[in-house]
Amino acid sequence: MLTIGTHTFTSRLLLGTGKFTDLQIQNQAVEASGTEVLTFAVRRLNLDQVNEPNFLEMLDLKKYKLLPNTAGAKTAEEAIRIARLAKASGLCDMIKVEVIGDDTLLLPDPLETVKACEVLLAEGFIVLPYISDDYMLAKRLQQLGVHAIMPGASPIGSGKGILNPSALQWIIDQATVPVIVDAGIRSPKDAAYAMELGADAVLLNSAVSGATNPVQMATAMKLGVEAGRLGREAGMIPVREYAVASSPAEGMITT
Amino acid sequence: MELIINGNRKYVEPEYNTVSKLLESLSLGQKTVIVEHNQQILQKEEHPHIALADKDILEIVHFVGGG
Repeated sequence: MLTIGTHTFTSRLLLGTGKFTDLQIQNQAVEASGTEVLTFAVRRLNLDQVNEPNFLEMLDLKKYKLLPNTAGAKTAEEAIRIARLAKASGLCDMIKVEVIGDDTLLLPDPLETVKACEVLLAEGFIVLPYISDDYMLAKRLQQLGVHAIMPGASPIGSGKGILNPSALQWIIDQATVPVIVDAGIRSPKDAAYAMELGADAVLLNSAVSGATNPVQMATAMKLGVEAGRLGREAGMIPVREYAVASSPAEGMITT
Repeated sequence: MELIINGNRKYVEPEYNTVSKLLESLSLGQKTVIVEHNQQILQKEEHPHIALADKDILEIVHFVGGG
């Protein structure tokens, strides 16, 4: 079971809801992924298109917990405002703190992220900061009392997969709260690898919504996460420099 | 009265003088929207009780797809 704050989940795959081109396919992909947590962004409503269908309205909110993000925020103040707006919906108490500091790499600004987390924790949010794979930052945020750490595998939407497995491993090994590997995931092997490293969960979006067949990719990611987790728990053999024969050395047939 | 909604000026009949009535007039009564009124974020239960006046500034936001 994955526990984040007061919430408990069976699935270890969190799914983003961005950039799906078809609401029916999105619905099927969400179903196929087995996820119980969906991320959303908060944006101004277009008053000229109030009847445009909204994915949230299609969802059975008894089945899913919402994890709104603060995407679009470049400062702690902006992130805090978005978080408060999200909470005022009455639909959620978790917040993915995402304060972007650079438009090219979309990397999170660590100083603003810490500031935002401090305020939101004091206001009673369940706080999940999106961070770079920075060991010390993860530690400091944990000390602040955040409810999960979400280090990026590689830049958002880049599909570069896990760039620095050692950095993720270090974060995971010291963690006292769930570590959710977020961003940059492309293929099921990336999801499996994150789980093999010991991550508690994986959050991805573009990998599914941008796939040629999003529903099939959602299934693949679900299986990837499960395979990685099972493999980790099963206990992997040590890595050795040289070969170790798997067939017996005795009873060789000689001439 | 004139309101600033999501950064745009909008003329609204004076009868729509609460947040609830405004949302109804914009066909948003049944939608999941969050309203900020003069920089004050409102809980849904507050909507019927918040009176609107000329030049008030409102943000009406909602959840959209995002990662």
